[in-house]
Amino acid sequence: MAPALRREDVAKVAALARLTLSEDELDTFTDQLSQVLEHAKDIEALDLEGVAATAHPFGLVNVVREDVLRPSLARDEVLAMAPDAEDGRFAVPRIMGEAP
Amino acid sequence: MTSATQIARDVRAGTTSAAAQLETSLAAIRAGNEELNVFLHVDEEGARAAAKRVDERVGAGDDPGALAGVPIALKDNLCQRGVPTTAGSKILAGWRPPYSATVIDRLLGAGAVPVGKTNMDEFAMGSSTETSAYGPTRNPRNPERVPGGSSGGSAAAVASLMTPLSLGSDTGGSIRQPAALCGIVGVKPTYGLVSRYGLIAFASSLDQIGPFANNVEDAALLLEVIAGHDPMDSTSLPEPAPSLLAHLDDGVAGKRVGLVRELIEGADDDVLASVEAARAALEDAGATIVELSIPECRLGLSAYYLIAPAEASSNLARYDGVRYGLRVDADDVAAMNEATRTAGFGAEVKRRIMLGTYALSAGYYDAYYGQALKVRTQMIEAFRRAYVDADFLLGATAPSVAFAFGEKTANPLTMYLSDVFTIPTNLAGDPAISVPFGSGAGGLPVGVQLLGPGRSEAQLFAAARVLEMANGVA
Repeated sequence: MAPALRREDVAKVAALARLTLSEDELDTFTDQLSQVLEHAKDIEALDLEGVAATAHPFGLVNVVREDVLRPSLARDEVLAMAPDAEDGRFAVPRIMGEAP
Repeated sequence: MTSATQIARDVRAGTTSAAAQLETSLAAIRAGNEELNVFLHVDEEGARAAAKRVDERVGAGDDPGALAGVPIALKDNLCQRGVPTTAGSKILAGWRPPYSATVIDRLLGAGAVPVGKTNMDEFAMGSSTETSAYGPTRNPRNPERVPGGSSGGSAAAVASLMTPLSLGSDTGGSIRQPAALCGIVGVKPTYGLVSRYGLIAFASSLDQIGPFANNVEDAALLLEVIAGHDPMDSTSLPEPAPSLLAHLDDGVAGKRVGLVRELIEGADDDVLASVEAARAALEDAGATIVELSIPECRLGLSAYYLIAPAEASSNLARYDGVRYGLRVDADDVAAMNEATRTAGFGAEVKRRIMLGTYALSAGYYDAYYGQALKVRTQMIEAFRRAYVDADFLLGATAPSVAFAFGEKTANPLTMYLSDVFTIPTNLAGDPAISVPFGSGAGGLPVGVQLLGPGRSEAQLFAAARVLEMANGVA
C-alpha cells in the first residue's frame, strides 16, 4: 500500500510537471489529491497478479503503413502561430548559461 | 427547428438553400449566445463560404452530400484550419491550427456547414463547463443550471436550437452526461470508430469524438458521415463506417436488455423513475429484461482517475510555450516553460497533471497506473460476460438532473462522481448512447443510457429510436 500523499510529494510532482505552486495552492492540492488517492485505495488493494494490462480495448498493435512521400504541414503557417520564430525555426530563450 | 435530416433533404432537393439555413442558425446564435455563452468563436465568414459552395454545387446539379447545408457546431478541442481553437484554455488563446481534424474534412466533404467552436471544460477536464477559462455555459433548459460537461457548449448549441447538430468528445462521459442534462441525444461511439486525428488529446486511450442531435435519426446520420477508418489515426478501427440509418427502425423485439444494478445505484429517485419507465417501454416493444450485476463498474471511477490523468500529464507536456499558444517570457528556457504552464493552465488541469505525474512516478507506477490498467482488462472482460446474457444494457446516464453552478466545484471528487455511470464504457472501449427520457426535479430533462458491445452502434440506435418514440419525440 502506497503511503499517504505528503505536501513535499506534491511539491516534487509540481516541479516535475513544470508548475509553480503558491503555499496556499500546495495545501489545497495536497488535500484534494489525497482524497482522490484515498478513493483509489479500492483498486490499489486488489490482487491482480497475472492479469494483463490493457492499452487498446480492441487489441490493435503495431499498426504500420507504407512509407510514402506526402505533403507535411506548411512551415510558414506553423511558425506564424509560434510565440517566436527565427530563420524558419522556433526560437526560445537561451538554454545554456553564460560561459564562466 | 427543422431536423438535420430534413434540412439536408431540402437542400439537396433545392427547396431551401444552405445560405438560408445558415442565416437561421446565425440569428439564433446572435439571440442567445450572450446569455448562454455557448460559442467561443463564430466563424461567420468561413460558414458563409462553405454554405455558398454547397449552394453552388446544388445549382450545378451536383449532390453536396448527406449533410448538405446542415449547420454544425464543433467542440473547441477540434482543430479547424485557420479557425481559433483553444480547448477552453488560456494556454491556447489566439491559436489557429494549421490543419483540420479528419472529422471536419469529412463534414465538409458531406456538405455540412461548420458555424463555430463551442465552449468546454478546459482540455475536456470537467463535468459542467465551469473549468473553462472563458466562463461557464448556461443550460438552455434552465440558465441557473450547468449544461454538463465537458462538451457543455456543444450540447447547449443543439438544445437551444442554435444548430441542429454538433460534435463533442467523450473521455469519461463528456458527450453523454451533457446530452442528458440538456435533454438531447448524445453518442459515445466504439473506441476507434471515429478518427481522433485533429482532436486535441486529453487521454488518448479513452477519447472518442461523437455526435449530439435533437433526435436519434440525426445523430445516426452524423455518425455515418464521421465514422470509418483513417490512416492518420493509428488507433482507428480498420473497417469503413457502419450502416446505421438502414437499421434505425429494426426495433428491439426479441432482444435481451440487461438492466445493470451498478449503473443505477445511487441515482436520484427521478432518474431511477426514468430508467424504470424506459425499461417498461423496451418491454412493451418486445424486449426481455434481464437484471444484471457488473461489480467491476464500482472500480471504474478509481481506475479512470488514474489512467486519464496519467495520459493527460503526458499529452499536456507539449504546452511549453515553444511551438504554439501562450509564452510567458523568462531568462532561460526551463523558467519560460514553467512560467508559461503556471499562467496558462487552470486549477483543474493542474490537479490532473499532478495526479497523473504522481501515478506514473517511480515507486508508485505499479500501485496506481499499472493496477488501473489491469482493472481496465477486468472491466472489458466483465462487460464481455454481460453481453453473453444480454444484447445490450440499460442504465442511467448521470446520477441527477442538471445541478447548480458552484454546487460541485469546491470538492473535485463530488464533480468526478457525476461521471460514475458513463466512465465504465470508456474503459471498456464500447459504445453508448444517452437518450432523453422523461423529466425530473424542476422539470429538467433526464437521460437514460444504452450500452452495447464494441461495434454494436446500429443496434443501440434502433433501441434509442424505440425510447424516443415512447417518449413522444418521434
